[in-house]
Amino acid sequence: MSDIREALGSLAAARAALDAGSLSAADLVEAALTRAQDHAALQAVVGVRPRHARDEARASDERRAKGERRSLVDGIPMLLKDNMVVAGEATTCGSRILEGFVSPYSAGVVERLQSAGAIVLGRTNMDEFAMGSSTESSCFGAARNPWDPSRTCGGSSGGSAAAVAAGIVPAALGSDTGGSIRQPAGFCGVTGFKPTYGRVSRWGLVAYASSLDQIGPFTRSAADAAALLSVIAGHDPRDSTSLPVPVPDYAAALTGDVSGLTIGMPRECFVEEGVEPGVLESVREGVRELEAAGAKVVEVSLPHSRYAIATYYLIATAEASSNLARFDGVRYGHRAEGATDIDDLYRRSRSEGFGAEVKRRILLGTYVLSAGYYDAYYKRAQQARTLLRRDFDEAFAKCDVLVTPTSPELAFPLGEKNDDPVRMYLSDIYTVTANLVGVPGLSVPCSPAAGMPVGLQLLGRSLEESTLLRVADAFQRRTDHHEKRPPEPV
Amino acid sequence: MSPARDFEWQDRYEAVIGLEVHTHLATESKLFSPAPVRYGDAPNHAVHPIDLALPGVLPMLNDRVIDLAIRFGLAVRGEVNPRSIFARKNYFYPDLPKGYQISQFEDPVIIGGSVQIALEGSEPRTIHLTRAHLEEDAGKSIHDPALAGSDASLVDLNRAGVPLLEIVSEPEMHSSEEAGAYLRALRSILRYIGVSHGDMEKGQFRCDANVSLRRIGTQQLGTRTECKNVNSFANVEAAIDAECVRQAEVLDDGGDVVQATMAFDPATGRTRVLRLKENSDDYRYFPDPDLVPLVIAAERIEAVRRKMPELPDEKHARFQADFALSAHDAGILTGSRELGDFFEAVVVACEAMGTDAATRAKAVSNWVLRDLLRILKERDLELEDAPIEPQALASLICLVDAGRLTVKSAQQIFPDLVCEGGDPVQMMTAQGLEAVSDSGVIEDAVARVIEANPDAVASFREGDQKSINFLMGQVMKRTQGKANPGQVRELLIQKLS
Amino acid sequence: MSRISRQEVDQIAQLARLSLSDDEAAAMERDLERILEYVAALETLDTEGVEPTAHALQLATPVRPDEACEPMDPELALSNAPEAAGTAFVVPKVIDEEGR
Ligand SMILES: [Mg+2]
Ligand SMILES: [Zn+2]
Repeated sequence: MSDIREALGSLAAARAALDAGSLSAADLVEAALTRAQDHAALQAVVGVRPRHARDEARASDERRAKGERRSLVDGIPMLLKDNMVVAGEATTCGSRILEGFVSPYSAGVVERLQSAGAIVLGRTNMDEFAMGSSTESSCFGAARNPWDPSRTCGGSSGGSAAAVAAGIVPAALGSDTGGSIRQPAGFCGVTGFKPTYGRVSRWGLVAYASSLDQIGPFTRSAADAAALLSVIAGHDPRDSTSLPVPVPDYAAALTGDVSGLTIGMPRECFVEEGVEPGVLESVREGVRELEAAGAKVVEVSLPHSRYAIATYYLIATAEASSNLARFDGVRYGHRAEGATDIDDLYRRSRSEGFGAEVKRRILLGTYVLSAGYYDAYYKRAQQARTLLRRDFDEAFAKCDVLVTPTSPELAFPLGEKNDDPVRMYLSDIYTVTANLVGVPGLSVPCSPAAGMPVGLQLLGRSLEESTLLRVADAFQRRTDHHEKRPPEPV
Repeated sequence: MSPARDFEWQDRYEAVIGLEVHTHLATESKLFSPAPVRYGDAPNHAVHPIDLALPGVLPMLNDRVIDLAIRFGLAVRGEVNPRSIFARKNYFYPDLPKGYQISQFEDPVIIGGSVQIALEGSEPRTIHLTRAHLEEDAGKSIHDPALAGSDASLVDLNRAGVPLLEIVSEPEMHSSEEAGAYLRALRSILRYIGVSHGDMEKGQFRCDANVSLRRIGTQQLGTRTECKNVNSFANVEAAIDAECVRQAEVLDDGGDVVQATMAFDPATGRTRVLRLKENSDDYRYFPDPDLVPLVIAAERIEAVRRKMPELPDEKHARFQADFALSAHDAGILTGSRELGDFFEAVVVACEAMGTDAATRAKAVSNWVLRDLLRILKERDLELEDAPIEPQALASLICLVDAGRLTVKSAQQIFPDLVCEGGDPVQMMTAQGLEAVSDSGVIEDAVARVIEANPDAVASFREGDQKSINFLMGQVMKRTQGKANPGQVRELLIQKLS
Repeated sequence: MSRISRQEVDQIAQLARLSLSDDEAAAMERDLERILEYVAALETLDTEGVEPTAHALQLATPVRPDEACEPMDPELALSNAPEAAGTAFVVPKVIDEEGR
């Protein structure tokens, strides 16, 4: 493995190379741009900003020459899911409706990355408006899994997962509304982290479902995730749902010691039915590893988790139907030609601009909020959310961390679930609960099955990201699944 | 509209009227964005990415609107909801950039309350409020063929996001006059407590009127219609009258009033159906997931209460009690906050200058009600814009009180004082108006007047008391009105007895 | 028993300002039917007396001070406009003026 490929493989390696002076930020940016091209067939990256990235790299190198370093990620190129706005750059959310849109302002996470010296290299592919579990509904075409390009990389942040897995960049950001960071991380064999709801600012994240959306990192390791999370986490006075609490030193939590911690296995998540062979066995093996490291393992129950997918789809689509009303062809984005009146303009612009899955969810959300159905669907889902939260409170009274598979399946072949929305939705069965109750969730690679990565999901108490990172890091100190790299393209 | 029917509908029907008022809150910035609240800018010159509903923006509540809402709630003696909820009202319209309006639906910030109205010649009435809630204003669609062409409209989002308080009354008014009185009372309260500037021309105070008729003697409410966005007191009253006549005609012809949104055309004086209320008005309200509940602690309400300005009805009662003013005079003085404040400031200044306590308030109210209001009206001037200082009127009154200035001279100075400002002492000196109290000059004038008017002198001596006034007038004339009238009178009586 | 009718699909499409071809509408009706069938599981849940949760957060109401910022440069505000006249956005004629 060449030095440069090694350096783009993780934040720790990139930082080490920069600190040793063996590579410059400019070298990293050039190499990342080249790798993005070499991996073009993955369709993981949908846009790069080479000129700005080179300028930023030069500035970082100049700082470093003067002995300054803004943060642990200074000079390191990263990619953002295409639903976080960057001033002066396009943002599409994988949708035709945002064609031509250039944001006049930057997202909170972008400001934080840039003031930490990180280099925003470009944008990654995603399911249209983050609605999907396979990154197939993007207007740019499907992203592919670096481990097997005939398979999906998961979604909706599939491009970010694939880009980190393929080593195009050492880290990327994604967003997670029902599992959209963790599931693709599991499919691609990288570490994906959804922090506590409110931990990372949503300012400048194009909303899918506001009460569930959360930005988080894709990295090679939990240690890298800790480094990146400490850059992007923290209160933002522009986001009413941003938590006004201090951000702990995540790196300091990585002690490697999990003795004294109790890990709960929700009984409902370890039922063979509906789970692909090999998945549960890999996860159980991972749990045994943690047990061997000194953690105590107990069985717990989340009795309402069987309602989670239904609850999630009602809440998420209701919020989405309203959040996506602003895409109307009036102030930005796609406008249909030749509309005869304003309603015609709305209908045609939106019908031309949105893909089938987005329309399906907008219609479902409109339906569940409409007069006569609100109580039966939306309100009931909010009540189910309360019951689910109580389940978690009870479970966390018995354990510090919950462990489950990230997904009930391995990365599936492209096109396999496109005709069956409900089957696609069930892909998120283990992940949606964390969004509904707001707790942090993390996926780390455990032992592969049938040659494909398997994700082990850890869920923690609200704001206890440190505990999750500690457990994940301890696991990665004892295993090498996260270090495995997919084959290079021929 | 036939005048005969117009005249008689009230014999058969009772009008039932409820009003929804949208009033702009007096803030520097918008409800959920930091863009400035400004009027009269070119299109889209007062916007922030939040007002454009750009992808990724989020609302953040303006702290000041909370205090303003509390202040209103206290003023109308409503309940300040300890936990109100911002909800989204979803509909498509080009001046509504998000495709939804952030408003309050199930849990408004203010619940209940009431406003007193008084119509000439009838007992004061209490009009109850249903609720008041916070919401954002929409932008404006401009239909100007000269600018946009005949088949296009323009969208200006300067007003989008301006904070509104929507105040909903119970359907308790029964005539357009009552509706007008309610609106005036409400606007006066809002302005008094500094919650809204209430400038109707700027669209800061807008009214929707819900009107229905019911047969006299029945309790069953009729089907109502809603007249949208009527923008002056006179037009609200005219719109309600026109709508009552229209509904009476429909009912008299055996028809049913259909639930609809109406527009009032001031040019024709008629209402017309803008849109029928259909099930398509499905706003799909739900709690805004970008915002958390608006929680208002009891301490905050108390803090606002401690700083509450005096309300119009409280001031009215106090003016009657403290200054021995009639209900009528006190009513005019407290009709606007500016006038009442000016009056009190003059009284306080007079007191500091040692004017006689017994006559002080009466004198001030005379000057304000008689002279000041007349001059302002003649010059088409608002009190806020008039340069006169309370101190100046006080000093004028003191000069009269001390005999240095006659009332006549004071009235001569006063218009300039109101319209140009200045110091009455300087003006008096500059114009040579100081009253003559030099007894030599007055004695001389008295002697000459007695000499020149033997008839009047004779009739006074025969007991005709009125002729002293004639003689006094003559002396004043001789001294160009500058002699102290008391002194003149005393001297005349002394010389003639 | 069907949970959603073609007529309801057309109604919500109008509310959402989406126009669907006949084929699309039929496909949507079928998909929504299946999804509603699936979420119907919630009907068996006892939610009597359960408070709804709108957010996982329990936060004091966040606010910002009432201070006005510099407004956006109007040119920037209009920079993404599909059609503009001066500094205003242009749309096809709006007929129903104040009818809301
Ligand atoms: Mg209303
Ligand atoms: Zn309103």
